[in-house]
Amino acid sequence: MSKAARGDPLFVYAIVYLIFLYGPVLLLPLFSFNDSIYIAFPLKGFTFEWYRQMVQNGSLMDALQNSVKLGIVVAAISTGLGIFAAKAVTRYDLPGKGPITGLIMLPLVVPSIILGIALLVIARKFLDIQLSLYTIGAGHVLICVPFAMLVLVSRLEGFDRNLEEASFDLGESGWSTFWRVTFPLALPGIVASLLLCFTISFDEFVLAFFLAGNETTLPIFIFSQLRFPNRLPGVLALGSCILVFSFLIVTLSEWLRRRGVQPTKQGAAI
Amino acid sequence: MSGSESFISIRDVSKHFGPVRAVDQVSFDIKRGEFFSLLGPSGCGKTTLLRMLAGFEVPTKGELFIDGQAMSTVPPNARPTNMVFQNYAIFPHLDVRGNIAYGLRKARLPKAELDATVDQALEMIKLPGYGSRRADQLSGGQRQRVALARALVRRPKVLLLDEPLGALDKKLREEMQLELRQIQQTVGITFVFVTHDQEEALTMSDRIAVMSKGKVLQIDDATRLYEAPTCREVADFIGTMNFFDGAVATVENGHAAVDAGPLGTLWVGTGEHALGPRAPVTVAIRPEKVQIGWDRPDQPYNVVEGRIGAEAYLGDRSHYYVEVPGLARRVAVAYQNMARSLDNSSDQGRTVWLSWPPDSAILLPGA
Repeated sequence: MSKAARGDPLFVYAIVYLIFLYGPVLLLPLFSFNDSIYIAFPLKGFTFEWYRQMVQNGSLMDALQNSVKLGIVVAAISTGLGIFAAKAVTRYDLPGKGPITGLIMLPLVVPSIILGIALLVIARKFLDIQLSLYTIGAGHVLICVPFAMLVLVSRLEGFDRNLEEASFDLGESGWSTFWRVTFPLALPGIVASLLLCFTISFDEFVLAFFLAGNETTLPIFIFSQLRFPNRLPGVLALGSCILVFSFLIVTLSEWLRRRGVQPTKQGAAI
Repeated sequence: MSGSESFISIRDVSKHFGPVRAVDQVSFDIKRGEFFSLLGPSGCGKTTLLRMLAGFEVPTKGELFIDGQAMSTVPPNARPTNMVFQNYAIFPHLDVRGNIAYGLRKARLPKAELDATVDQALEMIKLPGYGSRRADQLSGGQRQRVALARALVRRPKVLLLDEPLGALDKKLREEMQLELRQIQQTVGITFVFVTHDQEEALTMSDRIAVMSKGKVLQIDDATRLYEAPTCREVADFIGTMNFFDGAVATVENGHAAVDAGPLGTLWVGTGEHALGPRAPVTVAIRPEKVQIGWDRPDQPYNVVEGRIGAEAYLGDRSHYYVEVPGLARRVAVAYQNMARSLDNSSDQGRTVWLSWPPDSAILLPGA
């Protein structure tokens, strides 16, 4: 940035905007190393105490484990459902394609508190099933499928239909065409969808709050901890870890995406 | 159904897309080992017909036979056909070897044999050493060759080509035309070639089906399509043609006297047409078959006086567009510049005489 640009009001605006965006987030790691249970300036001293407490807090680690398990399963199921829905929508002339797509996308616009109440009523009153991680998972799949489908439809529309026809023409069935052509070409979209769905499930609060049984997910656990001020620094430590972890995942997925464009050693490997 | 006469047999095939009749009751045969072209303007149904042969479209009515076998219940992956797509459809996630070997998975060849087959194919398309390149590292012409090799390694009974040369520049296209023809003769596979480029169809094909609005107008070799079109549409689509409307006056000794209004009486060979007096006809003549001169030729009939309305110098020949009183369209004349001349003065506006022998013109029924 040149000197002239520093006086530029737009440049100042950009800086202020970035601070507004990332400042609050960066307070998390800052206070997680602060040797005080109160979140206030001035900073006292440097400590790993909160991280130690975090690791030793059994119920916290259980909630984390639940959330990670849930996120992985939800991401896999939603992406799996999403890719078949996306293939149907982009490749076949289905009767009633418009309404079907609309219905799949509906959870995007229905407020999650409404969904949460509705699902709770269905689970308890109609199906009479116990609330558990499974009920949360079902709710999360419902809200993740539209996102998975959005990502995958745009990916499938992005490559030439003729490629799949060429595969049929070269003797492959529908199923093997899917695995030899559609899947590898959609792979960047599939990875993106998996990461997106995992993230959505991982920090989803409202549905999880309504549908949780005895086992809680991380957002619910964190919410419950806010009643105890002395637990707050431990939550900050946890938040910092999640922040670093998210950053690593995004970097990894971006790296994978770029690598996918480079030549790979596939050769005559059949 | 056996024998070379009808290797591919198309029987009363129609394909409707909603109200549109993309292909409308088409029937014809293609011989074994033939280089057969489907020629027509875009939207004439040629690609739809090709896609029905490949199995990507199902005929609304009718049946297709390949080597005696009815195709309607055979899916694309089980047909003895392979296709070269218009945009080549090279798999972007595989390299050249991977693309060529793609269709050989079911053959379960030993690795060495598979490699040898791919090497041979690379040799055939003159791209040895390109095996590890990816699609985005190939030029248009190279992609076209890879698509060709990918289809041919499967040894199909019929190779279907959907305007494969359309995206190439002129020079490369002409080169590929010759090469494609050569490969076809080497492998001896029946080629069905779709193109809208009449020159391409004429130079490459054994026979050509000219299509328009879902119908086949004429199926013939290049010479007959050019010199003996059977309808006005074919005559107009292939090359340049002058048309004179008229009505038959008399017929004698295989020649008809046609009353062509402002042009007077034109004599023309009747060909295979049996025509009675007063039948409306069109006399058609190619620009290069019209003689042009400053003086009235010593010929009793087929002589027309006109004025040069426009001219174009093309080096080996010159085109003149001659205005004839009473005719709405100017008469196109191609003149071979046989004598060397540096005279570049314009002849526009000068009076000329056009003439032709009766058998140079074509008689088409209907006006």
